[in-house]
Amino acid sequence: MKISPLSLGFIAITLMFGLKGANASEDINPEFKDLLKEGLRTKGSVQLERFLSLDATQNFCSDSNVNVNSAEAGQLMSKALQQIQYPAGSSYLGDWKEGERIAQSGKGLRFNDTNDTENGGNCYACHQIRKDELAYGTLGPSLYQYGKLRGYSDEVLRYTWAKIFNPQAFLMCSNMPRYGHNGILTVEQMRNILALLLDPQSPVNE
Amino acid sequence: MIRRILVTVLISVFWCGQLFAEDETAAGIQEYRDLLSDGNPAELWVLSGEELWFTSVGPKGASLETCDLGKGPGVVRGAYVELPRYFSDVKKVMDLEQRLIHCRMAIQGFSYLDVTSYPFTKRGQETSEIEILVAFVASESRGMHMNIPLEHAEEQKMFDLGEQIFYFRAGSHDFGCITCHSGDNRRIRLQELPNFRNQDQARKTYGSWPAYRVSAGEVRTMQHRLYDCFRQQRFPEAIYGNDMITALIMFLAKSADGGVYNAPAMKR
Ligand code: HEC
Ligand code: HEC
Repeated sequence: MKISPLSLGFIAITLMFGLKGANASEDINPEFKDLLKEGLRTKGSVQLERFLSLDATQNFCSDSNVNVNSAEAGQLMSKALQQIQYPAGSSYLGDWKEGERIAQSGKGLRFNDTNDTENGGNCYACHQIRKDELAYGTLGPSLYQYGKLRGYSDEVLRYTWAKIFNPQAFLMCSNMPRYGHNGILTVEQMRNILALLLDPQSPVNE
Repeated sequence: MIRRILVTVLISVFWCGQLFAEDETAAGIQEYRDLLSDGNPAELWVLSGEELWFTSVGPKGASLETCDLGKGPGVVRGAYVELPRYFSDVKKVMDLEQRLIHCRMAIQGFSYLDVTSYPFTKRGQETSEIEILVAFVASESRGMHMNIPLEHAEEQKMFDLGEQIFYFRAGSHDFGCITCHSGDNRRIRLQELPNFRNQDQARKTYGSWPAYRVSAGEVRTMQHRLYDCFRQQRFPEAIYGNDMITALIMFLAKSADGGVYNAPAMKR
């Protein structure tokens, strides 16, 4: 078979696009991965190997030109929604005081934490929640009077649980962590957080 | 003699700084700034760094006066605003800290471990030598414009990799630099977050590092800032003086291109 320079060029272009396509859904490109492997190391509770195996959502959202309205985004979101695990017996509400403690804590899963550090939710890093806590961040919307404004219906409970379990089931590439899906918080912790937002007795809903 | 008096004055001012460090509110810092008016404690680091630069040390008993930071041997003035850059002697792109590591090994005869094992001063312990050298070199670019032309292919490559790191979202929390540094007027708790996709903010921010951190009572370098942001975003530990950080610094420096460099600054 005779290969002309033109068809070589064509093959090269196909290869380039083929590889780029593969990156988007499977693995980090090798040169970039090598750079990360050299630049980062396992410490405390953060394992390099586990860190380097991205899931499809992380791969998708790491693209600097990501299109969150694409068909692929739609597929990822509906899959995320299907994978949400709801608490047994739809028992959504725990203890709001515990929830407040979890919302305050930024501990856990950093390289200066150990495996037995209890993970916090660090919700105040990004959200206003209780009115008397003034040191709140603004990456996310205010959650003050969350239940009072939305009501305490089953739909609100179910949505809020799902949103915290996996925010990306509702907004692709949300800046909020996937607390349930990624195993940051336990079911019990999530119930306590839900009580902070949706127990009518919680100071959030005063 | 004049220098000795200056250092004494700075040390006493610095001591006041320690008192004020207890009060972390913005008002406290403003008051502290006013008190110091034009005296930034970082000057102390700059002076010590300058002294170390000209002192003969290490197995080879040499000073850093022949170290080439990119503008010829011994030229410190204006070097920082053109870094990171490609160095043909080692055939790679280096940021200031990598280049200092290189010079201290090649010229002064230190081992890699000697010069990298204590990059960041620990509270109450001796000051890291690399931090004072960085403070000195950086101060010699004050008032100049950031100039990162990316002329060499390797420089462009490092920039591209750095950009990729900026957008890379991974780890238990799916965080990347983009999560916290891509919107205007955002905060984590009470800390304001610069938006690196906004050129003005990128210039202002990049142009202020290294900085005297009131909360730490130390001068911290860009390497240290990034080390801590990697920690916050739940990434594995960043290894000091690595190409990955250089790539990221290249991306940040280019984002600040053309801005007026004004460090060491003073920060919370
Ligand atoms: C890194 C920042 C960040 C952290 C930490 C964070 N969130 Fe969020 N959150 C956001 C952002 C941004 C949004 C808005 C975008 C979206 O809907 O995903 C949001 C949206 C929400 C919403 C939806 C609000 C609505 O009106 O529908 C809820 C509920 C919520 N967050 C609860 C929490 C709780 C509870 C925690 C702690 C366990 C938490 N968030 C931690 C960033 C964060
Ligand atoms: C979870 C949020 C978060 C992530 C992710 C994050 N940062 Fe930061 N960053 C912060 C906070 C908070 C500060 C302010 C810290 C302070 O004032 O002590 C900051 C400060 C900085 C500064 C100094 C800002 C100034 O005003 O001088 C730089 C530079 C920076 N970050 C770069 C990065 C880079 C590059 C990345 C990605 C590797 C990154 N950050 C990831 C939260 C984050």
